[in-house]
Amino acid sequence: MTTGPTAAVGPAPAPRLGPGVRFTHDAARAADLLLLPEKVLVLNTTAAAVLALCDGSRGLDEITAALKDRYEHVNRQDVIDLLARLEQHRAVAHG
Amino acid sequence: MAEADRPWEVAAPFGLLAELTHRCPLHCPYCANPIQLTPRADELTTAQWKDVISQAHAIGVVQLHLSGGEPLARADLPELAFHARSSGAYVNLVTSGVGLTRERALLLADRGVDHVQLSLQDADAGPADYVAGARAHQCKLAAAKAITGAGLPLTVNIVLHRGNIGRTARIIDLAVALGADRVELANAQFYGWGLLNRSTLLPTRDQLDASLVAVEQARTRHAAAGRGPHIVHVVSDYYAGRPKPCMDGWARRQLTVTPSGDVLPCPGASVIRSLPVENALRRPLAEIWYDSEAFNAFRGTGWMSDPCRSCPSRHEDFGGCRCQAFHLTGDAARTDPVCRLSPDRALIDSALAQAGGLPQADHVMRTPPVADARTASEGR
Repeated sequence: MTTGPTAAVGPAPAPRLGPGVRFTHDAARAADLLLLPEKVLVLNTTAAAVLALCDGSRGLDEITAALKDRYEHVNRQDVIDLLARLEQHRAVAHG
Repeated sequence: MAEADRPWEVAAPFGLLAELTHRCPLHCPYCANPIQLTPRADELTTAQWKDVISQAHAIGVVQLHLSGGEPLARADLPELAFHARSSGAYVNLVTSGVGLTRERALLLADRGVDHVQLSLQDADAGPADYVAGARAHQCKLAAAKAITGAGLPLTVNIVLHRGNIGRTARIIDLAVALGADRVELANAQFYGWGLLNRSTLLPTRDQLDASLVAVEQARTRHAAAGRGPHIVHVVSDYYAGRPKPCMDGWARRQLTVTPSGDVLPCPGASVIRSLPVENALRRPLAEIWYDSEAFNAFRGTGWMSDPCRSCPSRHEDFGGCRCQAFHLTGDAARTDPVCRLSPDRALIDSALAQAGGLPQADHVMRTPPVADARTASEGR
């Protein structure tokens, strides 16, 4: 896997959680977590909302639309950037 | 947080490395276990391990690494995996693969193991079995099949050292062919057994440079072939000018429990003899994490002396590795000698100058205490 600029990599067409990645809520920390083979990511509200939609069935447009139904000020480019960052962490993979 | 007001802030731990046993069918000369291995008779019972896991969950642990030795040597491994997974924790099995049949892999997947890290020693059976001191390579190939066949995500771990680093490309290719989602190449670290064998394990600069090229080429090769696995390469800190942020800071994110229940800030910390050793059978885990002398010894920055104390990197690298400082200087509070700013850096440079000096036959193989040799060889 090359690690070029995130804009060039772009998000997967229908992202889902990567192999060995689990999304969970941690009551003790009152936070959503992403559990990966070698690390734990503590998610902010935005990342948690996007990851909850990454089930391999929705493309970028559907994810953005679903977010717009629930939140104001959803920016498509922000979603692209977030997914690219998550992909670099191997948190999401292709659908 | 102002350092002057409060010397450190202790957050809940994320991970527990559970060294279930020190028994292992392999004898790798770079083993991360301590020189003083715990005999089988001193291992925690199933009920005791379950209690440790429950206590860890209660203080915030969400990731459990079931390791060893060889964790498959414990007959209660599926039960412990199930107990951990029931608490919601991510369960990572770290194994040599020896004894991991298809049936056991399916059972472990069913009991909630999330992910498996399988070690390989080399690309071919000859050198792999030589360095493992056991006929293990073929078992590992079968284990990889059992793991992926059970639907478990696979990371292949390889320790790189002078004897195998020249085959980095072929090792990666084998790991990918075995179906690894992640390939983790880590240069041998020099604590315990690794330090005993440093002169035969430490690669030369030329070998290291060639392996860096091989890793980059493999990344391109496998990315082009499809999605490609994640290839992680951890270079020996001896060849870096600055120390690694060991454990992301002392007692900051993870704790280790040894087969006999000793609770340590990192798997190597038992070497620091100046610190009192805590044990889960004698003191609650929460107290050990938050209040013990050993865990608080190197939290924050107050323990540092110069050059760390005034270094702008002190919050990123935490002064490097406390065990390495102790191993090489006898003082765990000194700057990690790998740092170019350390007054002890000459200790590292002299080791590097000698790299490549001795043939591989001089390895000191990892062996259990004599009294425990019989039970260890019985394995599983």
